[in-house]
Amino acid sequence: MSWQPGASLSMLRARARLRQQVRDFFAERGVLEVDTPVLGRYGVSEPAIDSIAASAPGLDGVLQTSPEYFMKRLLAAGSGSIYQMGSVFRAGESGHRHNPEFTMLEWYRPGFSIEALMEEVAALVRVVLEIGSPVIHDYRDLLRSHAGVDPWMDDDAILRSRASEVSGIPADALDRGEALDLLLSHQVEPILAGEEAVFVRGYPPDQAALAQVVREGDIEVAQRFELYVRGVELCNGYRELTDAGEQRARFERDNQIRRRQGKPEMAPDPGLLAALEAGLPPCSGVALGLDRLLMLQTGAASLDEVLPFSVDRL
Amino acid sequence: MATYSTNEFRGGLKVMLDGDPCVILENEFVKPGKGQAFSRVKLRNLMTNRVWERTFKSGDSLEAADVMELDMEYVYSDGEFWHFMKTDGSYEQFAADERAVGDAVKWLKEQDVYNVTLYNGSPLNVTPPAFVELEVVDTDPGLKGDTAQGGSKPATLSTGAVVQVPLFIEIGEVIRVDTRKNEYVARAKS
Repeated sequence: MSWQPGASLSMLRARARLRQQVRDFFAERGVLEVDTPVLGRYGVSEPAIDSIAASAPGLDGVLQTSPEYFMKRLLAAGSGSIYQMGSVFRAGESGHRHNPEFTMLEWYRPGFSIEALMEEVAALVRVVLEIGSPVIHDYRDLLRSHAGVDPWMDDDAILRSRASEVSGIPADALDRGEALDLLLSHQVEPILAGEEAVFVRGYPPDQAALAQVVREGDIEVAQRFELYVRGVELCNGYRELTDAGEQRARFERDNQIRRRQGKPEMAPDPGLLAALEAGLPPCSGVALGLDRLLMLQTGAASLDEVLPFSVDRL
Repeated sequence: MATYSTNEFRGGLKVMLDGDPCVILENEFVKPGKGQAFSRVKLRNLMTNRVWERTFKSGDSLEAADVMELDMEYVYSDGEFWHFMKTDGSYEQFAADERAVGDAVKWLKEQDVYNVTLYNGSPLNVTPPAFVELEVVDTDPGLKGDTAQGGSKPATLSTGAVVQVPLFIEIGEVIRVDTRKNEYVARAKS
C-alpha cells in the first residue's frame, strides 16, 4: 500500500473549490448550512443500505449512512431550508464509484414541489459542470423501452426471468426488487451513459424509501427522482414523507425485508417518529454524492483519484 | 477447496465457474440507487480462453480453482506431449498436450524456461517469456552493411517460428523476438 494520497494536489484544490461553489450556491439562496452527528444511536432502515456499527460505553450506535433523520428533526423544529455537506458511511460499498466513506451533500426545501427541487438540482450541477438542461424520463418508460418490462403490470416471474437472462443469475435466486435493479443497471444505465444528463422520475412504490407515493393516471408512483450525468448516478431526491403513521409502516416493512434477507433489523428511530408527529413541514429533499460530482468535473475515472485517501489507502 | 466471496474478487483470482477454471479480469461493484449491490465480473475461461461477463449478488461466492502458475524448463517433446520440468530442483516433470502448448509451440527451445499453468496438477496452458532469443536457421541472403535501409524479409528460427527481420540479418545470427507481437526486436548481444 502506498502512503501517498490518491488525490493529486490539483485535485485537492478542485475539491476545496467545489465545496466553496456549493457554499456560495446555497448562501445566495438563503439555505442554512448545518452539521448533524455522524455517530447516532439509530440508523437508516433501508434494507439495501448497511450501516457500520460504532459503539462506545453507554452508546451502541451506528455511523450515519445519510443525515436524513437528524435533518428532518431540524426541519420539524422550524429550521427552514437547510443543507449539509459531510461524510456518510456505508458498509461493504467499494468500487470505482463507491467507497465506504463518502461526502454527501444533502438539502431540504420546505414548500418546494419535487419539480422545483429538480430545477434547483439542475442549477447547482450546472454551476459545476458544463452541461445542458437535463432531460426528464419516467422510470416506467425507460424500463419498458430498454428492458422490455413494465414494472407496474408484469408479474414477478416475468421480471425475474428477464433479469436472469441479462445477468446470468438464476431466476429463483432473485426477488422482485433485485430483478428490477439488475434490469436498470444492465439495460437502462448503459443507455443513460450515452446522455449528458437525465432525470429519472416516478419510481415504483416499493422503491419509495422515504418518498411520498401518489396516484399518476392508472398507477401509483413514488415521488422520487435520480439524476444521472454521463451515466453516473449523482443524486436521489424525494417529495418527503411527512406522515408519522406511514413512516412507522415503512420501518416495519424494511425490517420485514431485513429479516427475510437475514440482515440485522434497525430499530425505528423514535426521534424521527416524534418529530414527524410534531409536524414536518411539507418539503422536498435530495442527497447528492459530492465526490462523484468532483469525478465528473475533473474527468477522474474513480473515486480513488478524488478522495485524499480511499478505502484502499487506509 | 476455499471459496471467495464477491468482496474478495480481484483481477487475477482463479475461480471455478460452470465447471471450468477461470481467471477474474475485472470486478465492478454496482449498486443502483437505493437498490441491491451486485458484482459485474469479467472472467476468462482458462479452458477455452473465452471471456465471460457474469453478474453476482453481493456476498455470493465462487469456489477457488486449483490453478497454479509455475516457471518450468522445457525438456523435450515425444511428438505427442511436450515435457516440462520444475525449476525448484525437484526434477518433477509435467506433460503438456497440444491444446495446452497451443501457439507457444513455435517458441519452445529446450532448456529455456516457460510459464506453465497447472490445473488440478496438469498443464493447462504454456506461456513463453515476452522476449526470447533464437537463432535464424533460414532467410534470404542479406545485403551486408545495409543497416539504414528499411524493408524486411521472413526468417525461420530454430524453433520453427517465422518472423519478419531487417534485410541485414543472416543465417546463424541470434535475434531477440517479442513473442506477444511475433516481432523482431534486435540482434541478440552475444
